[in-house]
Amino acid sequence: MNALPRTVSEAAAALRRRQTSAVELAEAAVAKAQGDRYNAWIHVAGDHAVAQARAADERLARGDGSPLLGIPWACKDIIGTKGIETTAGSRILDGYVPPYSATVVERLDEAGAVMIGKTNLDEFAMGSSNENSAFGPVKNPHDAARVPGGSSGGSAVAVAAGETLFALGTDTGGSIRQPAALTGVVGMKPTYGRVSRYGVVAFASSLDQVGPFATDVEGCAIVCEALFGKDPRDATMVERPTGDLRAGLRRGVRGLRLGLPREYFEVKGMEPGVERRVREAIRALERDGAELVDVSLPSTDHGLAVYYLIQPAEASANLARYDGVRYGLRVEGRDLVDTYRRTRGAGFGAEVKRRLILGTYALSAGYYDAYYAKAQKVRTLIKKEFEDVFSRVDALVTPTSSTVAFPIGAKTNDPLAMYLNDVFTLPVNIAGLPGLSLPCGVSEGLPVGLQVIANYYDEAMLFRVAAAYEPLAPKEALAA
Amino acid sequence: MSTIDRATVEKVAGLARIALTEAEVARFTDQLSVVLDAVDRLRAVDTSDVPPTASILPTFDVMRADEPEPSLPLEDVFRNAPLREGDLFRVQTPLEER
Repeated sequence: MNALPRTVSEAAAALRRRQTSAVELAEAAVAKAQGDRYNAWIHVAGDHAVAQARAADERLARGDGSPLLGIPWACKDIIGTKGIETTAGSRILDGYVPPYSATVVERLDEAGAVMIGKTNLDEFAMGSSNENSAFGPVKNPHDAARVPGGSSGGSAVAVAAGETLFALGTDTGGSIRQPAALTGVVGMKPTYGRVSRYGVVAFASSLDQVGPFATDVEGCAIVCEALFGKDPRDATMVERPTGDLRAGLRRGVRGLRLGLPREYFEVKGMEPGVERRVREAIRALERDGAELVDVSLPSTDHGLAVYYLIQPAEASANLARYDGVRYGLRVEGRDLVDTYRRTRGAGFGAEVKRRLILGTYALSAGYYDAYYAKAQKVRTLIKKEFEDVFSRVDALVTPTSSTVAFPIGAKTNDPLAMYLNDVFTLPVNIAGLPGLSLPCGVSEGLPVGLQVIANYYDEAMLFRVAAAYEPLAPKEALAA
Repeated sequence: MSTIDRATVEKVAGLARIALTEAEVARFTDQLSVVLDAVDRLRAVDTSDVPPTASILPTFDVMRADEPEPSLPLEDVFRNAPLREGDLFRVQTPLEER
């Protein structure tokens, strides 16, 4: 089996030099996906991939310059793909074949990228370990006894294991950045409102955003250029020019002010090896010319509580649509309500049920003001603190996760311990900011992630800081 | 302190239209109590005069031109339907029997 090129831009260059063809790349990626040992894929779409690759080769022969033309990619199976089963990792969507594709899939189709298949995930993206999938847990390629993070674990692993060149995930509280950190790849969540969510299975609508995984920062920037831009079918988007997201990739960090929010370094349970790697990365950025600024985001501590009220509340509304009537699983009951109850009782896994009950409780009469409305007010405080900080710094640099990948099963019976995985990532979703995780070395043989957070719509800054650090990252060998 | 009891879990699961087993009710009662205790810390935050944020977007009431577009092909849509009757989804009577 041929190895795939290492990065999106290397693959694009090889295609243009005729050293390989889109069909060759697609066949190699399909073979790797079929031979995957980490349960990263729910569905490998071999015929679809080869058909797309043939069309890409024709466009290449005509001299088409699209940077994603002929590049294999993997799609988190919460993003709808016309004619290709889409499960959201749930039994309740059993057999569902979308009659239309998500806008992000259409945009990658138009760019000539070649979709290899659909990747495993926590059910409805609810999880931080990929153990909540109806299709079984995804394993970390650096240690198969450990989790890859979640919820976009399959997409992260498909890239980390060299089975595809890039992938799409969704990030509601860290579901792109945390698995990117735990598997040693680059993962990026755009500003809320940057990317269309039309055709993406909705989880928590004020927080969800689609974004890329790749082996390098430039790959993520190239994918974002294809994804960004207004979609008339999504009313929750901003009218903003995408700009040149790659403009700053080689500009370095000299003269930039990078904020270090102290609350992100004072967390109980932070592994010393993780903290050491992140502090080394920050020193490397300083040596490269960045000015470090100590800042404070005092409400960080409330992020988890805000998130675990708003997110389940929104999920309880969004997931009301799974009723056994129009698509998916149906378990017949004695009347309509009984059919709903049985269908949802049989179709949803434990974590989804927990969150739907929590969310319904937080929205119910007598509790709405104490829980949901209160969380929305504290959300305002969190957002305001970020806005104040971004008047003084160009970007923030933090750990992505306080730990390296943990053993499968270690936290499955303790939801709160599992939720604590996302304390560094979910404030970014609460505020709607763009964030990115990239590898910053190894602790205990496992990857550590550095998180960069930028101001609203300043993804170019995110990529600039990340690309400046990328060549400075330590190159120790991973466990695998 | 907002420890949730079994009866509340059963009631809320009913509102959410989710059938739970006895074992699930017991487990969720314990687990949700822990989570609710954790989120209860928000009560101590002073939010007088703080407006709620429902969405971080500066926009609201986004409109587009009301121009007709072709609908999805019916066969593609009904391909997913558990019960179909002609060009309709078949449902049971929505009224619970008394």
